[in-house]
Amino acid sequence: MSNMKLHKKMGLFLVFAGPALFAFISVLLLPLIQGVVFTFTDWNLVSDKFSFIGLQNYQTVFRDREFIAQFLLTIKYVLYSSVLSNLAAFTLAYLLTSGMRGQNLLRGAFFLPNLIGGIVLGYIWKFIFSNVLTQLGKSLGIEVLSTSFLTHPQRAIWAMIIVTVWQYAGYLMMIYIAGFVAIPQETQEAADLDGAHGLSRLLRITIPLMVPSFVICLFISISRGFMTYDLNLTLTNGGPFGSTQLAAMHVYQKAFLAKQYGIGQAEAIVLFIVVALISVTQVMLTKKLEVEA
Amino acid sequence: MKKRKSLRFPWKEIFIYLSLALSVVPFYIILNNSFRTTELFISNPFSLTNSLSFHNYVYAFERMNYLNAIFNSFLITLFSVTLIVLTASSAAYFLLRFKWRINKIIFAVLVSAMIVPFQAIMIPLVSIYGSLNALNNKWILIFMYMGFGQPFAIFLCHGFIKNIPLELEEAALIDGCNHVQSFYNIVLPNLKPILITLLILDVLWIWNDYLLPSMILLSPMQRTLPLSTYSFFSTYSVDFTPLMASLVMTILPVLVLFVLGQKQIVKGVVQGAIK
Repeated sequence: MSNMKLHKKMGLFLVFAGPALFAFISVLLLPLIQGVVFTFTDWNLVSDKFSFIGLQNYQTVFRDREFIAQFLLTIKYVLYSSVLSNLAAFTLAYLLTSGMRGQNLLRGAFFLPNLIGGIVLGYIWKFIFSNVLTQLGKSLGIEVLSTSFLTHPQRAIWAMIIVTVWQYAGYLMMIYIAGFVAIPQETQEAADLDGAHGLSRLLRITIPLMVPSFVICLFISISRGFMTYDLNLTLTNGGPFGSTQLAAMHVYQKAFLAKQYGIGQAEAIVLFIVVALISVTQVMLTKKLEVEA
Repeated sequence: MKKRKSLRFPWKEIFIYLSLALSVVPFYIILNNSFRTTELFISNPFSLTNSLSFHNYVYAFERMNYLNAIFNSFLITLFSVTLIVLTASSAAYFLLRFKWRINKIIFAVLVSAMIVPFQAIMIPLVSIYGSLNALNNKWILIFMYMGFGQPFAIFLCHGFIKNIPLELEEAALIDGCNHVQSFYNIVLPNLKPILITLLILDVLWIWNDYLLPSMILLSPMQRTLPLSTYSFFSTYSVDFTPLMASLVMTILPVLVLFVLGQKQIVKGVVQGAIK
């Protein structure tokens, strides 16, 4: 296919890759470039004129106590929800590959929340936290439950974490199940003959062989955590008193409600860099593990 | 051995069924109370409904303009996903089979774009398309999904086309097929498994997406299902049980899809995560 005439090749390029690249460039690449350039200017969506102001927007971002606090809160949310959802997912996957009765149906039930958008899940759990659990707490006399988690500045972030774990456990479980199934039968049998049963087999044979699944699942939960928006919007809407406003929601508020576009955009780029660093680490880790396996 | 097994304490089963209860009870509470009145729900959210009154459903169905919303969601999802699948698979084919140096660069740019969070683009996106007077238009939204869907879709197809033997296409070309024919007759049918994966992931993404359409589709008549759920909740926030009926109606279409194709959906989602 290399001795084709250039204009014919150009024609084929336009037919095969043209539509895809045109859409990609006009909705993703150009806005991204413009977005990066604008963080170095005093641009404000409305007027056409703007001038370069260097790193001033970024300085404002890093001096903004509220943004720093909400970024740290996001890290806390991401850490707890990732660790807990992976723990739950691995346990479920372990039990649901052990030949339990009705295991396919059970897997489906745990996976179900992942088909539903964050907007709807947030509303469902809002009812659960503010009406159902409080009622339960009152009638059973459980102090912690009798007032809603969502009205309590320290506990509201835990409502976010609980729902995230509840949702992602079933999704990550499916990836762990694929990992369990991929362990060759012979390895299991050899371990059995060598006297490795139950817990010791899990710790010495199964878990080391599942390291790639752990890497995938951890990074999925971490990078998604940093971008959480929908659930945040409908479950807590950042409240009470801004105590649960995560980074993605902060960016939205800064830009579209406070109308500080340049600063909002600079915050978005900071978020982008954090997520990018996490993804690059994942790719490098995965490659390294593939060589060793 | 067998005796020991049947006598052991069933901690596995207890753990699984407790988790199952935690996982399903929220849905059950919403479904049960969607048939009751708000007063009954507040006084006791656990007691069973004693009537199958669809009053809340009728109310929610009208107020959230359900038919219109589901039609919009359906149209947007259908066109976006079809366009992504067709344009991305052919682009991946070109990038892989035609040895231009720039193809490698284009592919690298596409793959790197996979990690860009939507928040990093949304502000300039709204500004650019706002200044072009292109907001509030379903077709612009579809075009945007087509663009945002490319990186992952091309990446997925690229990995798959690599493993299709070149001989098949070469034979077709010798037999007088042109490149377009050989793509549609030879490559595309072979891509079927990966295209199904892609289809499932993109349907779930676009059907449930909220943030992008909330910025593009401004008029009430344009709203998709998540948008109309959101606006229904913000407008009628005092009467709880019709809101629950609206949640049930929003979940219903994906639930039907899941029951019909559970195996494929789970497989697709796992494939998409591992790749």
